[in-house]
Amino acid sequence: MTKKMQSLVCRECGKEYPTQDIHVCELCFGPLEVKYDYTAIKQVMTKEKILSGPPSLWRYADLLPVEGTNYVGLHAGYTPLVHAKNLGHFLGLDHLYIKNDCVNHPTLSFKDRVVAVAMTRARELGFETVACASTGNLANSVSAHAASAGMACYVFIPGDLEAAKVLGNLIYKPNVVEIEGNYDDVNRLCSEIAGERRWAFVNINIRPYYAEGSKTLAFETVEQLGWRAPDQVVVPMASGSLLTKIWKGLKEFEKIGLVDSVPTKVNGAQAEGCSPIATAHLNGRDFFKPVKPKTIAKSLAIGNPADGYYALKATAETQGAMDMVTDEEIVESIKLLAQTEGIFAETAGGVTIGVLQKLVKKGHIKRNDVTVAYITGNGLKTQEAVVDAVGRPFRIQPHLSHFTKTFGIEEQA
Amino acid sequence: MARLRFHIRYPEEKIPEPILYEIGQEYQVVPSIRRADVRETTGWMDVEFTGEADEIDKAIQGLRTKGCIVDPIELNVVE
Repeated sequence: MTKKMQSLVCRECGKEYPTQDIHVCELCFGPLEVKYDYTAIKQVMTKEKILSGPPSLWRYADLLPVEGTNYVGLHAGYTPLVHAKNLGHFLGLDHLYIKNDCVNHPTLSFKDRVVAVAMTRARELGFETVACASTGNLANSVSAHAASAGMACYVFIPGDLEAAKVLGNLIYKPNVVEIEGNYDDVNRLCSEIAGERRWAFVNINIRPYYAEGSKTLAFETVEQLGWRAPDQVVVPMASGSLLTKIWKGLKEFEKIGLVDSVPTKVNGAQAEGCSPIATAHLNGRDFFKPVKPKTIAKSLAIGNPADGYYALKATAETQGAMDMVTDEEIVESIKLLAQTEGIFAETAGGVTIGVLQKLVKKGHIKRNDVTVAYITGNGLKTQEAVVDAVGRPFRIQPHLSHFTKTFGIEEQA
Repeated sequence: MARLRFHIRYPEEKIPEPILYEIGQEYQVVPSIRRADVRETTGWMDVEFTGEADEIDKAIQGLRTKGCIVDPIELNVVE
């Protein structure tokens, strides 16, 4: 296999490091990311090779930060790109597509992409134990992948997490550690443990590799659109990493000649109750102010986002936009997507669709734009968000006449 | 001796104050600023503290008492 990974490089000062389990520049403390040899990759990564690859994110392995083929997470990625004609008609868009990671495997969220890449790399680096700090989707994915890879696993969660989410981890039998204290306490402790133990904390010391998994959403989008980049993308933002990596993925495909041009406007979506990045954008600032999250979109509730600055930069660079929606708008948007396209998204999906609507109304997204909205998690995971907003079943006696009367239809002879 | 890295954010009203100097005077820690952005309305610094672990803990509490927000260098790691 080509030596495609050259180094880890500081996103701030450019200092380079070997491709090991480090994530912060020793000089300026800036975040590190993977630097590739695109000339070498261009020689081997062709459309034909991709098309003959497995129906998973590993068909793009040439642009992922792993050295071998002993992959963890064989079924992650390659999710449907749905031409959303009904929702498009409702919104006034002729070319609206939904990238549906509700059905990503194995744990029904886009986190399966980043975890598959992180754990493959962790195993290559000789780690036997993986870990993460999470309030939901990430923990589920790390637990499931660790079970299948036979790796020891520690999942750190806040002590007040909902029972259903705790169960979603326990079923895979990792070491689930509930931490007494608030969110900041969990954050601080996990950062300390990551610095002390030789464990692969997927989103801390393995983060440069982990984050690269998000690029596969961009790769799949281009391939599924017939090898073209979309005009507009709408991406939910938590840390901001997903948005920056979708942009990076599109540019990489251009760099190695798999797409002619990338005219894409990269748009970001947040919930009003946790919108540090979108607020900064709307106020014309290139920096954000941390917030205390208060929203039903818990998978996006990161008040001090590590990649917020870079997300603002990517959106500015592409003349994109950002916006935010209230909790009520999130619920309405979840219902709208479900009732037009048959896709039941978690709350983050409601944020994406809600902001999509706003950007259409503002005229930023136009009827003829090829637009892709990223739905990153399954609605079955956040049912409590919509339980009071979907009505009740019709309740009838077990008689045909009751049925016909209820629906105002005539009995057939 | 421990060396720990933090992201420190200053509230707007504290920007003119020499908070990091004061912390270096009040506790047995040596702060080393690696990256910073201080403006009229906001300011942050990425800082490494060298000292005994207990003393660094006290210095961090001291920063919080002075109104600063102190996070790990990675910012939020709970996803």
